[in-house]
Amino acid sequence: MRTLLELDRVEARYGPVQALHGVSLTVGEGEVVAVLGANGAGKTTTLRAISGTVSRSGTIELEGKPLPRSPEAVARARIAHVPEGRGTFVDLTVEENLRLGAYVRRDREVKADLARVATYFPWLAERRRQRAGTLSGGEQQMLALARALMGRPRLLLLDEPSLGLAPLVVRELFRVVRELNEQEGLAVLVVEQDARAALSVSSRAYVLEVGRVALAGTSAELRGNESVRRSYLGY
Amino acid sequence: MLAAAFADFMQQVVSGLASGGIYALLALALVIIHRSTGVINFAQGEMATLSTYIAWTLWANHGWNYWLAFPATLALSFAGGVATHRIVIRPVERGSVLRIVIVTIGLLIAINGFVIWQWSGEPHQLRSPFPSDVLDVGGVAVSVQDLGTIAVALGIVVLLWLLFQFTKVGLALRAVAVNPEEARLVGVRVSWMLALGWGFAAMLGAVAGMLTAPSVGLDPNLMQALLIYAFAAAVLGGINSPVGAVVGGLALGVILNLLSYLSQYRFFDWFSEELRLPAALLVILVVLLVRPGGLFGHAEVKRV
Repeated sequence: MRTLLELDRVEARYGPVQALHGVSLTVGEGEVVAVLGANGAGKTTTLRAISGTVSRSGTIELEGKPLPRSPEAVARARIAHVPEGRGTFVDLTVEENLRLGAYVRRDREVKADLARVATYFPWLAERRRQRAGTLSGGEQQMLALARALMGRPRLLLLDEPSLGLAPLVVRELFRVVRELNEQEGLAVLVVEQDARAALSVSSRAYVLEVGRVALAGTSAELRGNESVRRSYLGY
Repeated sequence: MLAAAFADFMQQVVSGLASGGIYALLALALVIIHRSTGVINFAQGEMATLSTYIAWTLWANHGWNYWLAFPATLALSFAGGVATHRIVIRPVERGSVLRIVIVTIGLLIAINGFVIWQWSGEPHQLRSPFPSDVLDVGGVAVSVQDLGTIAVALGIVVLLWLLFQFTKVGLALRAVAVNPEEARLVGVRVSWMLALGWGFAAMLGAVAGMLTAPSVGLDPNLMQALLIYAFAAAVLGGINSPVGAVVGGLALGVILNLLSYLSQYRFFDWFSEELRLPAALLVILVVLLVRPGGLFGHAEVKRV
């Protein structure tokens, strides 16, 4: 499997507080990778370092080339970041949100893709004139995911998609992620507190602890390891 | 007698809509910047004054045809607005709102000083884009001046609305107003969008200035009172609502004119022209106390 994204000793800080102390990880083409860990372990910061929403040091390469450091440029490199907690434009309509997902694209297939993402989330088509802010939490999370897909990403960064959602909605969300990966070969780097849900779709996973990679392995290994389960995954 | 009173009344309404249209343009400029940059641009009035002086210079000093000077001024104002954001606002944008506010106040003083230095404090006469004819519309005397002002104001509002609602740039501009962080994540170059907003605001101000100057005379304080009216209009409509700015502007223009008109009758005879500006300030005060979100906006809710 070819490496799509590679982080090498990435550090990041918020003011005086260092959040990442040299995180190294890779995501292969068409691979789903999970990043697990407790609150404050640096999961979200890892994604933010990639998308350029926090300044970082260390190298990040996309297909062997250095990744730009500003969010606008990272979006243009076709990395879609679905941030934590309802990442939608609440005052805009569903369709406007989706169109913004395709903002960096110059091709003429945006319309066709509006129909394509609606196959994953059929309700989107009926509600395209509705304001995003009037959707339920789960629907907004799905809209955020659909919007990311509109950019035809090479890599999808998913931050805590399950946060505050009902278990049924979480299952639906991860079903779609798996489908996208299997049918379209979409590479995904997913950050989750809900380790069980994340490991069910990922092939490999990293466990972060205070800004460092404490453990790495295949998802099956991590799931099977009793002590890992108890100390890191909490189930 | 009654018909004459009605004609008089309607005349006041029309000229109220005309001055209200100008308030609306300037209020819209304030709203556009407030939505994106999050501050009241106190230099909005002076920027418009400067634009108007540029129009006057092109027309009177360089002998340009007025109809060439008008769009040229719009273009220069747009460029000036964009440059103002890039050079003056952007460096302080990451700081507190107060810093940006202080910078806009500094800009107000600097532009005012520049205008007096360059063109002296003496008033100049700028021609009007419209003839000074008066039409008789069903017994109501309506000046072409007023009708033209209303038409231009509404036309510009509609154009802007089309731009915001139906173009990709417009969508990006709205996305930035809703959530700049998120907008960057989808690849919108937020900083340029903010600059674009400043460009549009400067252009709106230029139109307001060029429509106002012919009737009141062009002097360095041209827009100072107008900015208060515009602020009142924006607050009345809702400081984040473009529709509110337009409705607020028109409503304020009509209300103030009707107060002047009614002052010939008992109970209203206390009102005089000198009270127009205090009345606008009263509107600001009452709206902020009673309905802080204005007619069309919603009060800001801060997530903590």
